[in-house]
Amino acid sequence: MIALIPLFPLLGFVINASLGRRLPKAISGGVAMAVMVASFAVSVMSVWDLAALPAAERTIEQTVYTWIASGDFILDLTLRLDPLAAVMILVVTGVGALIHIYSTAYMHDEVDSEFARYFSYLNLFAAFMLVLVLGANFLVLFVGWEGVGLCSYLLIGFWFRKKAAADAGKKAFVVNRIGDYAFVLGMLLLLVRFGTLDFQRLASIVAAIPPENGVFGALSIATLLLFIGATGKSAQIPLYTWLPDAMEGPTPVSALIHAATMVTAGVYMIGRNAVLFGHAPETMLIVAIVGALTALMAGTIGLVQNDIKRVLAYSTVSQLGLMFVAMGMGAFGAGIFHLYTHAFFKALLFLGSGAVIHALHGEQDIRNMGGLKRYLPVTYWTFLIGSLAIAGVPGLAGFFSKDEILYETFRAGHWILWTMAAITSFLTATYMFRLVFLTFHGERRRDPGSGIRDPGSDLMPQMSRHSGSPIPDPGSRVPSHDVHDHAAHDSHLHDAPPAMALALIVLAVGSAVAGYVGVPHALGGHNALAEWLAPSFQPPTTVASAPVAGGLQASGEEALAENAGLELTLMTVSSAIAIVGIAVAAFVWLRRRELADALAARFAGAYRLLLNKYYVDELYDATVVEPIRLGSQEGLWRGIDVGVIDGAVNGTAALVGAGSGALRRLQTGSVRAYAGSMFIGVVVILGYYLWR
Amino acid sequence: MIPLGHYLIVSAILFAIGAAGVFLRRNLITILLSIEIMLNAVNLSFVAFGRQLGSFDGQIITFFVIAVAAAEAAVGLAIVIGLYRHRESLNPDAFTLLKW
Repeated sequence: MIALIPLFPLLGFVINASLGRRLPKAISGGVAMAVMVASFAVSVMSVWDLAALPAAERTIEQTVYTWIASGDFILDLTLRLDPLAAVMILVVTGVGALIHIYSTAYMHDEVDSEFARYFSYLNLFAAFMLVLVLGANFLVLFVGWEGVGLCSYLLIGFWFRKKAAADAGKKAFVVNRIGDYAFVLGMLLLLVRFGTLDFQRLASIVAAIPPENGVFGALSIATLLLFIGATGKSAQIPLYTWLPDAMEGPTPVSALIHAATMVTAGVYMIGRNAVLFGHAPETMLIVAIVGALTALMAGTIGLVQNDIKRVLAYSTVSQLGLMFVAMGMGAFGAGIFHLYTHAFFKALLFLGSGAVIHALHGEQDIRNMGGLKRYLPVTYWTFLIGSLAIAGVPGLAGFFSKDEILYETFRAGHWILWTMAAITSFLTATYMFRLVFLTFHGERRRDPGSGIRDPGSDLMPQMSRHSGSPIPDPGSRVPSHDVHDHAAHDSHLHDAPPAMALALIVLAVGSAVAGYVGVPHALGGHNALAEWLAPSFQPPTTVASAPVAGGLQASGEEALAENAGLELTLMTVSSAIAIVGIAVAAFVWLRRRELADALAARFAGAYRLLLNKYYVDELYDATVVEPIRLGSQEGLWRGIDVGVIDGAVNGTAALVGAGSGALRRLQTGSVRAYAGSMFIGVVVILGYYLWR
Repeated sequence: MIPLGHYLIVSAILFAIGAAGVFLRRNLITILLSIEIMLNAVNLSFVAFGRQLGSFDGQIITFFVIAVAAAEAAVGLAIVIGLYRHRESLNPDAFTLLKW
């Protein structure tokens, strides 16, 4: 039955891709929505069945067919539902279905065929993501892994007539390809070393050997390669640059990529191979360090960006970094927990930003927003809930999951990483509320130049608009008479239409309550999610045996109980961090807007560095893209292709041509010349025989 | 009796004259005539060899050559007339289209 879960969206894709052109929007959108809802229903039923099994044997397997049988190597196309996959499919189908519903309203301005194309991609995306999380071996996972890469390319470049969108799609594809290359290498190394690609069998084999402590062996290299693949998909240093550019796609696509699918793949992959990673402590440490660096870096960039979606994009990168910190600490349960809560509030925030952009006809610059609370109440309140959740305010989803990551990091003794994660939390709260205050509070500001701009227009026009002043200021305000001028226009601002509002409200409820499946013991709760997930992070046969190295989640109730005091303290600290972050944002961007400008002017260098995203894109351009381009153009194209290959072909032709040119002179066409040559020939032959 | 060598020398001289005519003259009809001279030079050597060897083979071949030469002259002259109508020239150098 679990094969139906990815098959439903695939069916939707087939229908919309083949017939969509002729279908009206209501039907093509309806089909896309219906298959997602059906897939969600099947997922719920499957998970229900799974939960009915005893904890130790919670796997449902379905072998669709034998894919590869070559000598000893047999690989089945097998889907396996286990607790980890259960969480993932519920997130993918649940949040995915909401995004589909939302999209029917958001994309309504497209023509019928484009509308169907959009939904066919969206369905395909969900189908591949479901294959990815349900795959029982690396190769099936890889099918989904590549599939979501393809779909992200198609969807980011959906408005491909706009160059920025086409470029962003290409960038996402190419950057992902780099990671995928490493992923394939890691996969092959595992196959060569252990002879199987099945997750459970790999886990059993690896569980039997000691962890590679202090030695950087094959397992460490393999997991490291897999992790490089994960940095591509999950947008971590050094391959994160594609994600902020992915904003060129339609906003619901950003929500889908950032919340339910794609970027979670890397985190999921590490969770899926918890035993492997657990046996490679060096890799784990690298994972954690990369995660923490990414979290901090993206958090600081998010603080100064002016594009509403870009801020959210950097916040995703930052939150993914936190997930990787958790993974690197061996707290796989905490990482997946954050993934799960993040799916709710990040989808909510993106859809909320989409509603804002929709209402403002494509305006994305938060400097031209403000005061929208009055016009867009549904969007405002849901967005606020999402922001509170991501900031980690106690009681909402983000609080529980983020707190667990911080706690696990602290418990593992990595206080530097803990400090980085804590600073990231602070930054998260600050930049999210900067976004809230600049967008919804204060007075209505608008772009003094053009009234309406293309959706997805980048930082560039903003930069150029401010070219007169040395530093673009985030809190710049237009004189107040402007507000009155446009008051009439603002009355046309409309809040989210019903389909969009529905998705927003459901996700807001989710953001509020999703965390309660993992209430920590310290609060007298019962960490149901961690317990549910625990079997997935252990080798299949030895569920009852000692926890694998790396400090697994289910390390006993008593250990947790004795740390309750510590956990409570940390919880207080992280709550305080969130609230202080919000307070700072409120003070700077709500109360004393000029302070932000003053700070920006004061630390102009740092500000510009952050605004330009640490110049990482430029750095990659100079160190990787440009050399490759030059090497390809001058070396491979002009040198090898034109010079050597074409040279050889053209040279042969020229040689034959020149030879023929010389020889054709013999063909004079004169009868007497022919007769003469014949005569001379006869004389020579006869002479030869005579004088011999 | 005249020795064989004399016949062959005459035949060689006639053949050389005919060949020179083919290569040097610029009139197609003259060239055809020169070819006839070459053919007859060959005829002469055939007959001489036949007589020397006491066989009739040489004479038989000569009859064949004469017959073929007659046919050749007929076809050759027809072509020459055709060429003349086409180009109003009998210079073989004018007909060099069949090249390159």
